[in-house]
Amino acid sequence: MGDTNTQTPLLTVRNLSKRFPGVQALDGVSLDVYPGEVHVLMGENGAGKSTLMKILAGVYHADGGDIELDGTPIKPTTPLEAMDLGITLINQELGVATNLTVAENVFMGSEPHRWGIIDRKFMSEKTQEVLDKLGAPFDPDTPTATLKVAEQQQVDIARALVHNSRVLIMDEPTAALSEREIDKLFDRIKALREQGLAIVYISHRLAEVAVIADRVSVLRDGQYIGTVTGDDMDKNTIVSMMVGRSLEDFYEHEVSDTKTDRFLVVKDMADGKRVRGVSFQAAAGEILGISGLVGSGRSELARLIFGADKGISGEVWVDGEQMHIRSPLDAINSGIGYVPEERKSEGLFLQMSSQENIVMNVMQQKARFGILDRSDNDSITAEAIRQLNIKLASPRTPAVSLSGGNQQKLLLARWLQIKPRVLILDEPTRGVDVGAKSEIYRLIGEIAQQGVAVVFISSELPEVVGLAQRVLVMREGRIMADITDKDRINQETIMAYATGVREPDYAFTA
Amino acid sequence: MSSKPAMLKRQNSGIWESLGILPILVVIVILFAVLNGNFLRPNNLMNVLRQASINIVLAAGMTLVILTARIDLSVGSILATTAVIGLMVSMHPALQGFTIIIPLLAGLALGALNGWLIAYVKLPFFIVVLGSMTALRGAAYLLADGTTLINNDLNFAWIGNAYLGPVPWLAVIALAVVAIVWFVLKKTVLGVRIYAVGGNPQAARLTGINVKFVIVFVYAMSGLLSGLGGVMTASRLYSASGLLGNGYELDAIASVILGGTSILGGSGSVVGTLVGALIIAVLNNGLTLMNVSYFWQLVVRGVVIVIAVLIERFRHRKAD
Repeated sequence: MGDTNTQTPLLTVRNLSKRFPGVQALDGVSLDVYPGEVHVLMGENGAGKSTLMKILAGVYHADGGDIELDGTPIKPTTPLEAMDLGITLINQELGVATNLTVAENVFMGSEPHRWGIIDRKFMSEKTQEVLDKLGAPFDPDTPTATLKVAEQQQVDIARALVHNSRVLIMDEPTAALSEREIDKLFDRIKALREQGLAIVYISHRLAEVAVIADRVSVLRDGQYIGTVTGDDMDKNTIVSMMVGRSLEDFYEHEVSDTKTDRFLVVKDMADGKRVRGVSFQAAAGEILGISGLVGSGRSELARLIFGADKGISGEVWVDGEQMHIRSPLDAINSGIGYVPEERKSEGLFLQMSSQENIVMNVMQQKARFGILDRSDNDSITAEAIRQLNIKLASPRTPAVSLSGGNQQKLLLARWLQIKPRVLILDEPTRGVDVGAKSEIYRLIGEIAQQGVAVVFISSELPEVVGLAQRVLVMREGRIMADITDKDRINQETIMAYATGVREPDYAFTA
Repeated sequence: MSSKPAMLKRQNSGIWESLGILPILVVIVILFAVLNGNFLRPNNLMNVLRQASINIVLAAGMTLVILTARIDLSVGSILATTAVIGLMVSMHPALQGFTIIIPLLAGLALGALNGWLIAYVKLPFFIVVLGSMTALRGAAYLLADGTTLINNDLNFAWIGNAYLGPVPWLAVIALAVVAIVWFVLKKTVLGVRIYAVGGNPQAARLTGINVKFVIVFVYAMSGLLSGLGGVMTASRLYSASGLLGNGYELDAIASVILGGTSILGGSGSVVGTLVGALIIAVLNNGLTLMNVSYFWQLVVRGVVIVIAVLIERFRHRKAD
């Protein structure tokens, strides 16, 4: 790349804004993209990257702001129009019609023709020319159905080149690729850069930045945070730009000083399939992590404790009293809450309002003769939104239009309403963006501090290590280890037990 | 490019959204008013309401069932059965005080039976309602002995023929039913839970909602309202037979769908259903006034249902 200070930008974005119901997806974003550079755009889920790209590519229309290409204001209204102007979006979900050949895909929507009769010869020659440039190992007449994902991506790039695109927008192009394919893609991207194209590269993966980026721009909450280049493009700088705080604070949460052991006692829990006689205890005020490989029976154990599935044996004791749990309702009445793994299919009522999602568990108690107490529900909701810092347009906003992190907070808010004594969280941060993750960790800390026994299941080892005060490792339906020593709570030890490298080291006597 | 027009647009689409299918009803009413001078006469409008009333009652119950992502095909058959039962009771000297309550309880029990078979015996809902639709149709014929029971001294004939002020009792009852169902859906715990069960049954169970009870409740209500439909029909005709209410389930379902309730459950409203039922009634009445043949009426009704749902979907997409 050249010296960006003296060069004129190829693509200029000024004060671009876009609002969707309930969210300001873009809030006055400005960006310069120079010819011959790979400009990486980073940000959490919902930061506005995809919205920005889709506006540039004519998929969405901005509410306000200007786009200039080579000094000329443009306002593409369709992807094809954007392509003709010289901007092509290469999508996450590949835009290849697998029933057509390579050449047909390349010219889709702009087929060369004479009086309506398609000019296959021209199509074929032109496609071959571009494929040669890309070093593609297939020819124009190949049916795309026979191509691998990486090759289909090349078809997309070929389409952009045939249309003389000068700005190539790639939205997470490596998401579906293998390591080797990624290397090849990077070579290809570098070759395109040499030809003077501007490549806007959207990514989640910090590791890619070092390899491919000339400059990195960060968006957060729909706003432009800044651009870094050269030595400034290190992991810590970029993450803190994305999250708005430094990495060390990420897992920060309060822990309780006082713990009451054996607050929750589970004895000999088994379902005859995935869970084979599990006994353990959790203290009040403690954050207990349950780790293990996928299929080790963690989630099944949680569902058994909560009464969501029927077991063949097992007892649950809370605060010295045996609970008879045959259904989720019994569990709730025993003071046990459960945030399931699959937020959307098992937790939320997506079409219903956020308020209804929050009060779902307590509206019965608050109601008089079955009639909802509107004002009580309003105040519960307002309090929960404030306490958990849930970002939404109004309590009436349907749950479906909230971001992953806010949806998860909605679920947590619901369960906090029952004033749980035990709270089981299954993958509490899955599909949640970085900023909300950190907030959820802090929240879990606060919940435990109030004397709740928090049992949390997670596949993300850094999260277990960062959050848990004690870790149970499961393997094939049994508990392998109870790691209580803070020094031993690390990824290596957990993995050693989870994979069976270390012999089981666990005994629980009730 | 200022944001003000965009905001106005959004607000408009919100109002537009909340109106649902109402604009279509208004258009149809205006159309008939222009085409036929008699249509807007108060007498005729009362007629429309009366004609719509039984369908409104059935469709209100159907709304509850469809909100849980299920369907009730047995409403027409329950209507026939309970109408016949009402006539039989009315002809029994000792039971004169129970001529209304017994058919209502019969409807409630039959609906609850549907719900129990679905929720607790865990039979597929479609099979259950298909079975009860067929079996109860037969039962209605059997109870009436294959004939038409007639009672010219029917002690609840006022329901079908008397007026409250200028409004027929049938219409008053129908609107009251809509109001009650609206109240249940919007203002009670049970109502929210009906939406919850329809929207996400898994989550509903894990939230401690008694899903089985909710299912029994909606079918029991549908049955109860079908029983009310039976009483209304019998009172209007002073008679009952196994033939009554044939195909009413389809009109009820059409009204619910027209009214914007999702067949997938979880979203919709009984007010929409009311408008949907009125559209069907206005079409029937208006086309009859214009001497359009019954066959053409069927064609028009079918086409309007499909077009209305198309428009609805188009508006939803725009609003997104």
